[in-house]
Amino acid sequence: MTAIAQKPLVAAPPRRGRAVRFLRWMRSDIRAVASISFLVLLLVVSVGAPWIAPYPPNAQNVADLLSPPSGAHWLGTDDLGRDVLSRLIYGAPNSLYASFLAVFVAVLLGLPIGLLIGFIGGWFDEIVSRFIDALLSFPPIVLAIAVTGALGIGLTNAMLAVGFVFAPFLARIVRAQTLVVKSALYVDASRGFGASTPHIIMRHILPNAIQPVIVQVTLMLAIALLAEAALSFLSLGVQPPAASWGGMLARAYNYIEIAPEQMYAPGMAILLTALAFNALGESMRVALDPTMKRR
Amino acid sequence: MNKLPRLIGRRLLQFLPIVVFATFVVFGLLQLVPGDPALSLAGDYASTARIAEIRHEYGFDQPLIVQYGIWLWHAAQGNLGLSLFSSEPVTQLIRDRLPNTILVAVYALIVASAIGIPLGVLAATRNGSRIDSFVTSIASMGVALPSFWLAMILALQFSLYRHWFPTTGSAYFFTDPVGALSHATLPAIALAVGVVATLARQVRSDLLEVLNQQYMRTLRAKGLSSGAILWKHGLRNVSATLLTLVGLQVNRLFSGAVVIEAVFAIPGVGSLVSYSAINKDFPVVQGVVLVLVLIVISVNLLTDIITALLDPRVAAAS
Repeated sequence: MTAIAQKPLVAAPPRRGRAVRFLRWMRSDIRAVASISFLVLLLVVSVGAPWIAPYPPNAQNVADLLSPPSGAHWLGTDDLGRDVLSRLIYGAPNSLYASFLAVFVAVLLGLPIGLLIGFIGGWFDEIVSRFIDALLSFPPIVLAIAVTGALGIGLTNAMLAVGFVFAPFLARIVRAQTLVVKSALYVDASRGFGASTPHIIMRHILPNAIQPVIVQVTLMLAIALLAEAALSFLSLGVQPPAASWGGMLARAYNYIEIAPEQMYAPGMAILLTALAFNALGESMRVALDPTMKRR
Repeated sequence: MNKLPRLIGRRLLQFLPIVVFATFVVFGLLQLVPGDPALSLAGDYASTARIAEIRHEYGFDQPLIVQYGIWLWHAAQGNLGLSLFSSEPVTQLIRDRLPNTILVAVYALIVASAIGIPLGVLAATRNGSRIDSFVTSIASMGVALPSFWLAMILALQFSLYRHWFPTTGSAYFFTDPVGALSHATLPAIALAVGVVATLARQVRSDLLEVLNQQYMRTLRAKGLSSGAILWKHGLRNVSATLLTLVGLQVNRLFSGAVVIEAVFAIPGVGSLVSYSAINKDFPVVQGVVLVLVLIVISVNLLTDIITALLDPRVAAAS
């Protein structure tokens, strides 16, 4: 009891202390800082695309097709004479929207299902878990393509499909985590005090099961980004003339013999963004893991 | 050895519900299409009579469960319907293209295992060293790299510039093995990179866990060489999980193959499924998805059985 009473004294450090701690954290995890900075930059570019991009995304200059990088067009122009840098910038919001939509759908489906089957258990868990096993046996992109084809081609449908395909991964992680927390002594105690099932799920199981989910969701953003790029490359995602990194790669590939340099910028954009999501996820895994002692 | 049939039988029973649910999902794909499934199946240019015929043939005028039964009965007999475009039987389309996909996938799996597993072992035995951090960073890179972009770069560098490999197409493995392998090499490398990363990572962490066990210290104290410890005790302990892990990569390989086949213009089931999805050729989409998921489930069943045979603890537990 005394420990709890004393806690506020420790938890309210002076302002300077917080700044020092922040600096120390930045120095201790440069990877996290770098990836967060990159993602913030990407967000700024996405929101400010109309002001940042030197040209409108679909402005054609027919006299200047597939030109190499120059002062007027830093990354050159594509086969329709459109500025590659501007299309790269306008592709950023589409990629971010796609990643977050897919992961949002996955959480919306996977989290409650995982909680429910983990908490209820028994034959209900047995049946739904087999169904999850079945879903996990499908090659993810193939299933996403099939669902997109059925729902109708387009970025939003494609990402709903990817989210649907990701949901069972998340459900399985949440289920495992729920099983661990469910058998903890304090949950028994809470039930002994007469706590209702929703109360136990919301107050005890969810907060304690959420940490690996947060890590997984961050890592999933990278996979969703790659899936969007792949689907747009196959012209199932973002539809032309809207700009997307995957779609830019598909166009670039058609002219690979004339203008091979066209394919480097969109590919780098995809790689760096996926790396940033992954690095952030890995850093969060370390930071959130209670078994890893802070140095 | 009379345990073996019982073991296989039990695993088959465990996998049966997965197969049933998977067929549910494939059947359900058609239900996702907005509008009348008979219209979707008949295509854009069908006559009213043809639509009525399809409605009756597939039982769309009957309850869903009956429709599922009819579809499953047809599928079990190898009748996956006709393509809406070429009017060819879907089974025939898949049979023509599946070998190309399998060749690239198996090739990639071999390449990935040959590189990824030794890398993981190397990183684990030299934990914390420069080699370890090199392998770890290569692995993070490999996971984030869009495989089709790598495929484009490989095609540019090694077939367009240096002409080491053909750019596009495929050859039939049993009539022209050399041609088939040279066509499949660049696609297999592009496909393998992500799997290399996953394998290296997982082998590293699994092996580290085993090597950090208490009994490893005992073995070292008994004077066993580090090589003997690694081979006899370390790798032996991870071999079972390793096999499962390799088996699990199959559905990732099929996923990647879809995009890689598009880059190298390989006539495989991956390019077939994306082309058919764009053109709303639903019988073909359903057929490919069904065949691929059945292959994945069979591979997982097989690795499961072999794992149980290799590892007495798993056999005893089941």
